[in-house]
Amino acid sequence: MHDDEAPQLLSWVPRLRRYARALASSSEADDLVQDTLERAWAKAALWPGVGDMRAWLFGIMHNLHVDALRRPRLPTESLDEDDMPEIPVAPKQDEGLALLDLQAALDLLPREQKEVLLLVSLEEMSYAEVAQTLGIPLGTVMSRLSRGRERLRRLLAGRAEAVHLKVVK
Amino acid sequence: MKPSPITEAELHALVDAQLAPERQREVEAWLAEHPEEAQRLADYRTHKRALQMLFKPVLDEAVPLSLQRAAQPRRPWHLQRMAAGFALALVSGAAGWVLHAQLAAPDLSALLAQQHAQQQEEPAFARRAAVAHAVYSPELRRPVEVDAAHEDQLVAWLSKRMGSPMKPPHLQAQGYALEGGRLLPGGQGPVAQFMYRDEAGSRLTLYVTHETGAAAAASRSASQPDLAFRFAREGAVNVFYWVDGPFGYALSAEADRATLARVSSEVYRQLAAR
Repeated sequence: MHDDEAPQLLSWVPRLRRYARALASSSEADDLVQDTLERAWAKAALWPGVGDMRAWLFGIMHNLHVDALRRPRLPTESLDEDDMPEIPVAPKQDEGLALLDLQAALDLLPREQKEVLLLVSLEEMSYAEVAQTLGIPLGTVMSRLSRGRERLRRLLAGRAEAVHLKVVK
Repeated sequence: MKPSPITEAELHALVDAQLAPERQREVEAWLAEHPEEAQRLADYRTHKRALQMLFKPVLDEAVPLSLQRAAQPRRPWHLQRMAAGFALALVSGAAGWVLHAQLAAPDLSALLAQQHAQQQEEPAFARRAAVAHAVYSPELRRPVEVDAAHEDQLVAWLSKRMGSPMKPPHLQAQGYALEGGRLLPGGQGPVAQFMYRDEAGSRLTLYVTHETGAAAAASRSASQPDLAFRFAREGAVNVFYWVDGPFGYALSAEADRATLARVSSEVYRQLAAR
């Protein structure tokens, strides 16, 4: 039984990665996918009862992501934090490219709105599937989607002007 | 029949093509008379397409090997379990005998000394285990990377990195409480270290490694059973170690040999029971 399921799990990996990349920083995204796959295997006994594999897998990723945000330091705590130099952060891209701008704007959305927006946009899930994946009522899906889209629109409208100023300079 | 008022949710449903065709026509007719709303929805559509474009390349990226492995266990789960069970059943006869001999021996240290003499040289992993013990056990603030309060995370993390299930044995009955664990670099790959402490605060570490190929081959060529407890001493640290299948285990403490022998047999018993 599991022999048949294994390739099936592999087939979900690109989409799980895409969602993870959009949801978390690129350095955390593959860890999130890896943890999701581990968790899915740990719960492999439940697979026969899972009706919607996608909602189930993305739901696992959602839970892990929320957990990771709650205690972000634990899994990567270094041995001698006090002795380590500050890791320099790469300067923000200022190319004015629309897509980079979109990424930046997306990162400014609250996690709840971002999740709904991404599942609807990237996975093109139905609203009911989003509700099932995130374990929230349909009404909450709609209000988060509405607020997330409007917020993104405002952010991008603001950014468009900023980019324009850069070009002039 | 007059169309019912149009809701915000329906406007989004239009963007996402989740409206019934009939309702879609009604909403579109309404939008024709509300250009501002129509523009807002046009923006949402644009952003949706832009998001899809932004992340589409991820779908075409090669899946890293680590994720391929995680998606597809090397062997089916149940067979892996079964194979492990057979292996343990095969060795536990011999192991039980060795253990019994050791524990019943009136002069344990003589027996251990004899074993010590039989072996050519302690394997590298035993020395590394002793050094790791010496380095981390005096640590007051951060003896472990993940503490025992998060044992499930510790197990998941170490299992993932080691590529095999890693569960720390429970040694309360032997007077040692689990403090947590960490991942260490071994000679060729990752190594797991579990740390315990007794009531007096002295620490004991269990070191688990894959890198026992040479040691296992050496003990076979010496026509010894793979599974035998051995003893080594590195400075003030006493180490009890053994090789079991693909794994090398080393138990290190500044405790005496008898204590280590007692704890080692319990560690082995729990690992074999899995």
